[in-house]
Formats: sequence, C-alpha cells, structure tokens
Amino acid sequence: MHDYVPVIGLEIHVQLGTKSKMFSRCSADCFGKEPNSVVCPVSLGLPGALPVPNKKAIQWAILIGMALNCKINTVSKFDRKHYFYPDLPKGYQISQYDEPFSYDGSYDLLRKDGSTKKIRIKRVHLEEDTGKLIHDGNDTLVDFNRTGVPLVEIVTEPDFDNSDDVKQFLEELQVIVRYLKVSDADMEKGSMRLEPNISVRKPGQVEIPNYKVEIKNINSFRFVKAAIDYEIKRHIELLGNREVPIQETRGYQEQKGITVSQRVKETAEDYRYFPEPDIPPFEFTQDFIHDIRKSMPELPNKKIARFQSMGVSPHNAYILTRDRSVADFYEEAAQRFPDQSAKIAMLIVQKSVPINQGIEEFCLRAVKILLPIETDLIILSQTIRDVIREHEEPVQSYKNGKESVLMFLVGQVMKAMQGKADAKTVKEELLKELKRPISSTSYN
Amino acid sequence: MSFLGRSLASLLSEGAVGNEVFEFFMKRIRTYDDKIHAFVPGGIADIFSAAKTGVLCGLPLALKDNIVTANLPTTASSKILEGYISPYDATVVTGLQTAGASFLGKTNLDAWAHGSSTEASDFGPTSNPYNLERVPGGSSGGSAAAVAAGLAPAAIGTETAGSIRLPAAWCGVVGLKPTYGRVSRYGIIAMGSSWDCPGPITQTVEDAALLLEVIAGQDPKDATSMSIPVEKWSKLLKTEKKLTIGYADEYFKDVDPEIMASVENAMHALEDRGHTLKKITMLDPKYAISVYMILQRAEVSSNLARYTGVRYGMNRTAFGKEAKKRIILGAFVLSSGYVDEYYKKAAKVRYLLAQDFKKAFEDVDVILAPTTPVTATRIGDADAYAFFGEMMDVLTEPAAAAGIPAISIPAGLSEAGLPIGVQLMGKHFDETTVLQIAYQLEQDLAFDRQAIFEKYA
Repeated sequence: MHDYVPVIGLEIHVQLGTKSKMFSRCSADCFGKEPNSVVCPVSLGLPGALPVPNKKAIQWAILIGMALNCKINTVSKFDRKHYFYPDLPKGYQISQYDEPFSYDGSYDLLRKDGSTKKIRIKRVHLEEDTGKLIHDGNDTLVDFNRTGVPLVEIVTEPDFDNSDDVKQFLEELQVIVRYLKVSDADMEKGSMRLEPNISVRKPGQVEIPNYKVEIKNINSFRFVKAAIDYEIKRHIELLGNREVPIQETRGYQEQKGITVSQRVKETAEDYRYFPEPDIPPFEFTQDFIHDIRKSMPELPNKKIARFQSMGVSPHNAYILTRDRSVADFYEEAAQRFPDQSAKIAMLIVQKSVPINQGIEEFCLRAVKILLPIETDLIILSQTIRDVIREHEEPVQSYKNGKESVLMFLVGQVMKAMQGKADAKTVKEELLKELKRPISSTSYN
Repeated sequence: MSFLGRSLASLLSEGAVGNEVFEFFMKRIRTYDDKIHAFVPGGIADIFSAAKTGVLCGLPLALKDNIVTANLPTTASSKILEGYISPYDATVVTGLQTAGASFLGKTNLDAWAHGSSTEASDFGPTSNPYNLERVPGGSSGGSAAAVAAGLAPAAIGTETAGSIRLPAAWCGVVGLKPTYGRVSRYGIIAMGSSWDCPGPITQTVEDAALLLEVIAGQDPKDATSMSIPVEKWSKLLKTEKKLTIGYADEYFKDVDPEIMASVENAMHALEDRGHTLKKITMLDPKYAISVYMILQRAEVSSNLARYTGVRYGMNRTAFGKEAKKRIILGAFVLSSGYVDEYYKKAAKVRYLLAQDFKKAFEDVDVILAPTTPVTATRIGDADAYAFFGEMMDVLTEPAAAAGIPAISIPAGLSEAGLPIGVQLMGKHFDETTVLQIAYQLEQDLAFDRQAIFEKYA
C-alpha cells in the first residue's frame, strides 16, 4: 500500500525586520498595534501615492539569497501581480516575476544519520505583505497595518520526499535567517510562514505528478510535519481507490490534526504580471553585491564544520550553532580554555554550567570542573590577607553591603596566586577572612 | 483693477497682491464658469489661503482635478471618487504652496484623464471658450479653458499623451509637457504611470518657464523622478544661439491645410531669425497610437484596480464607459497568452520610438510639428469615433512615448475662429532649448488674446 514516494516543495515567506515598510517610510513595526494605526498614503494605496523601494530590504533579500547559495541577478525589477482581495489595497501586489533578486540556489541538508540531501532553491524574491482580514461575526474587517511590510519569498524545488527532511530544513532555514539578523522569523507572530505543496508518485517515476496540494495556516514546524504526513496518507488512500487528489489549497486544523479544502484551483490563475512602472529597474554594481556578501556572517553549517574540527562532537556542534549568540558564547569560552574545546561544548550543551551569568562566571565555574587545582592553603591565606590590605576601598564597600565586589576580590586573589588556586576554595577562604573583625587583620 | 490677460510674470513685476488677484479671478469664475464649465462641481475654493510670499506671492492658479489636494475634494472627474478628500497634498501642490501659490479650484477633465475632449467627464463636458459648442480638447480641458477664458491666470495640467498640448492648442494657450521624470508624479492620480507628467498651462512661454521652475525637481516620494538640476528657465529665455530645427513630413500627413499654413508660417519665422531648418525622417507617428493604446490601457487596468467599491464609496458599476473599455482592453493585453503579442511587443516598439528621437536629435536641436491634425471638434464628435482621442493625439503621442519634453504654443486662428497650435519637441531634459525656441516663436507669431477676453468681459 505504501508504494508511493512523496514529492514535496516549499514556499516560505519571511517578513524582514526593517524599520520602515517596503515601499513607504511608515513604520514596519506593526505587530500587535491598534488596527490601521501604522499606515500612510502609500501603504493604503491611496490615489496618487507612489512606491519607493527600501534599499535595506533589497540588501537583506539578496543576503538571504546568498545564504542559500543562489545566483544573484545584477539586473532585476519589481512587477505588479494582480488579483482582487480586500486585504490588497491597490488591487495588485508589488512582487517580482521573471527577474527575482536571486535564483538557482541549493542547500545541503545534513541529516542526523550522517547522510546529506541537496535541496535546490528555485528563487528568492522580495514583495510587499498584504493586510489582514478579521472576521467578526457577519462582518469582515480589514487591518492595513501589515500592508507593505517587506516580505521575502523563498521557493524550493520539489526535492523533498519525507516530512522529517522538511521539518529539519525549515528549522535550519529559521536559524539561518536569524543568523543574518534580517528577521525574527517568529511563526507565532507570522514573520515566518510555511506553505508546503505535496503530491505523491510511484517509485522510479521521474515526472512531477500532474497535481499538487498546497497547505496553508501552519504555524509550527511540528504541524508542518503532521500536515504533510496527513496529506501523504490521504493522497495514497485516494490513489489506492483509483482517484486522483484534487489540485487545491487546504488549510491545516491543528486541533484535529487534519487538513480541509479551502480553495480549488480549477485553472491556473492569471495575475497579469507586468513591470512595475513606478519603480525603475535595478542594475546592481559589483560593489553593491560585494558589500552585501561582505556582511555575510559565518553560517551554521560552516560553524558546525569548524567546531567539529576543534574536536566538538557533531551533535554538540549542531546544538551549539542553533543560536548565533550561543555559538558566539561558546567560541569565547573555548578561547579561554585552549585544548578543552570539546569539554566546554559539552558543559554548554548539557547545561552543566549556565551561560546566562556572563562569560566570567561561566569560566569560574567551568574551571572547577575542567581543571581541579590543588590549593596551597597557607599561601592562599597569606595572599588573601595581602589582597585585603591592598584593596581597602573595595573591602570596605563589600562590608557596607556591596556584595558584587566579592567577585572582584576573588579575581585579585586568583591573579596573585597565578592561577594556582581553586576558585571555589578562594571564594570560601576569602569570605571567612572578610567576616573577621577588622582589628585582627591589621597587624604589623 | 483688471488683471485680465496679465501673465503671472507681469502680475509679479507689478507687485500685484495675491488676495486681490484671487478675488478678481474668483469673481470671473462665478460669472462665466456656468457657460464654460472649466471647474468641477464642488471643486472651487472660495477662500484665499496662501502666504503672499515666495516667488509666486500668493498668485492664484487652477489645478486639474486629478492632482490630489488636502483642502479641496479630488475626483479625477469620476463619480467613483465623488466627495473624496485626500489626506495629503500632491508634491506639485506642496511645491506650489511653498512658492506662495493660491488655488482657485480644481478643473474638469475626461474622467480619470481618459480622453482628448473633456467630454468624458462624469460631471459633463467643458466648453471651448472660443466656441461653446466645441470641445476644449483634453484631458486637461478644464485647465486650458480656464486659462483661455481668463478664469485663471495659469493652471497645472497633466499629460499622458497629449493631454496638456492638445487642449492648449485647441484653446489658444501655452502647454508644456516636461520630460518624464522632471516633475514628481506623487499625488497625481495614476493613469498611464510610465507616461504621466504634470506640467503648466499658461498664457505665455515665460509663465510656463516660471511654473516649471517651481514644480520641477527630484522627489524622494517618486522613484521615477530624476536628479537633474532645475534651471532658472524664466531667466534663460532670451538667447542669440542659432539652432537647427528639424521637421518631418510624417508629422504633416493628413493635417488640416489651415494648420499646415500656420506651421509653415512658424517655420519661416524661425528661418528669418537665422535658425536652420532641416528636414528629417521620423517613424510614422501612427505607430505611437498602437503603442499607446496597448501600454496605457495595461497601466490603466492596473491603476484602476483599487477602486473596487470596498473603499472610496462607489462600486465598479459607477465607472464610465470609457474607463470600462480601457480596463477590459488593458486586462486583455496583459493576459497570459496575449502579453507577449501585445504588451511586450508594444514595449519594444516604444523603445524604437525613443531611439528614433534620439537619432533625430543627433542632427537637430528641436523638432517642430503641428500639435493636432485638426482644430477643436464639436461636442459629441468623440462619441462618433472609436479611438477618437488617439486620432486627435497622433502628433503628440510619439514625444509622450519617448518621454521627451514638448511644448505647444498658439500659432493663430482658423477661419472659423478656432485656435491652432504648433509644437516643439526637444531632447530629454532639454526644456531649456524647447522653451527658448518657443519664446522666440511666441514673439514672432504674436497671438492676440484680446478678442476672446472681450467675449468674457
């Protein structure tokens, strides 16, 4: 019965986190704002208003394309895509048709079992977001706050054949977008939206099936997998009954874990694309492209490879690189403990030492685990007394209740001991000494 | 004191006070606009509101009603937008206000600027002041008629392909279509976005230069506006430079003999001044008709898509016949399966038209031609012919397609007493030469406006 192979492609929308909208200078920070309060003549599509493209959004869209190994079109343009919907104030969306900013990319998916899968990226283009319809009883209201927010559309070729790969790809794409700092890629807020299209075919069949089903309303990676698995099963059942699934758009209902038909596409839609006459076409200079490429951070997969070359296990390298700030933290910590990179990675991944207290605290704690040190208590006690004598002011402020000074004093002792002391012991001994009456420490 | 027939430049040089001039013209509008219908209903300002400072010192102007204003309704002469008040001013409006202009009101046009006669206004046609049974031309017919009848000393119109020059020619006034990108389109209700261009309609070439100085310049709100220095054109009009003026037989075909006589007269005048006339060969202007009919329709169908009835009050049934025709044709030429054959092919031919001018301007400085093949037609004629506007605009469409500057100035009256216009087309952003030659011709042709003013006095 399972004699079918799924064919899955993805369309992903990512809202860019620019300050202003795509084609106007009104704020793009509209999530959770009072309806129709973040608008202007351009985003409302008022008579006479004209779009002026946001340069930052273009640079970021190209950066996403580069991160997905795309070719960059040095000549590009915007086009008008026409359809009627109340959340589309101009009757057309400014998008890109035949000259997207980037195209023909690829992404190497490193599976957990060590195998890799190449996913081809068809195109990455930039467009404007639409408004939002709010259904209120029998009324439908329109909120134009989101209208005109820059939106990047990433389209993959239908290269996936299972939902696990899809889930992993999307999780990694989210990480990449966040590395680039171009979007918070938050699915709850709708700044990252996923639309898989699914069909199934016989093993060995090369042609793409003559139908596909698009799924919308998915707001988590877990649901993407669930929706795809549901669809695959549904298609196989239909085909088993000698029926061909209908080409349609279905919505995922997370409570029930099912998909339901939303819109049947009987004919291909005719969007009557033509070049946006209000925005002259672009001819990007090599310098412009080069500057964007220069701003590219080291991406997760590269970091994983480098961390592994430092001796970190593949699993730990993967976990460490899910968040750019964690990866950066790791690197800083690893620099302080040369030859201990793998162990530092372990401490972070296993949460043996918290990373949220700052790098100094982390190192203090890590050192105890990594480098247990025999402490000469006689030298230590002499050193502590010296340090207290030499730092009257900090000692006084500690005694006046400023406890944060303690770590400074610990540091001073550690320094004087030239590292030949266990930080925990130093702290304990220092505390003892500080609690003594002043008179007993002042002798000559 | 009468300000009738006084150019902006002369009013300014005499230190005429803004609100006095405003009241003078407002009184004339109240007295004569019932006959001419140059202004749209509800579009007349009744209070002078301008600083009497700036280069225009409070002087009043009329504005075509497809230019959005925050203080007056803007309808584009379409019922769809009846009562619509824009929350913002067009950039040309802001620029004129900053320069001290006041506004008398909003002038009539073919609804959405779709037409060449102003008969297609949803609020009724405007009459030609020279003959009330004739049309003023269009689509800026209200602006041209207002200036011709002395209801406004000058006006701002917009041109997509002839909509400034044709009504200027038929009403005996000066109409300047600047280079596409010279003047901001922000706040002009879009018709053919890759063609639209606001420009002055005035009594004199000097006034056209003066207003261009105010409205020209790059606008950060219009990505198609260009950063080209704005000249003090009104100070550059007098020049002794001897130039080469081109003319092409292709622009004389099927032109009314009376108009041809005026054009030849203008050519002799320029020759007498020591300029060289040079015959050139140009692409037949008829190709511009096809290009315009396809590309402009496509853009119209897109630009009008927002007026669905969900907003702006009236639903799509309120579109006039002309708008509906254009939407349907525009949607057709963009449909898959036809877009290559129509839209893309037309875009290529448009490029050839632009190249044709570029080539011509290697040999000549400006090109002279009649503005229109005939003089003002009768009210009702437009309905009798399919693509009436395109036929009337045949001589103005090529320059519009190429985006080059062009000016029409009055060259005389026909035997029937109707004005004749002659036009000069120039290189991209070379408004200077166009205005200079127009200024010289204006002196030589000495068009007399006294008779028409006596009709409305």
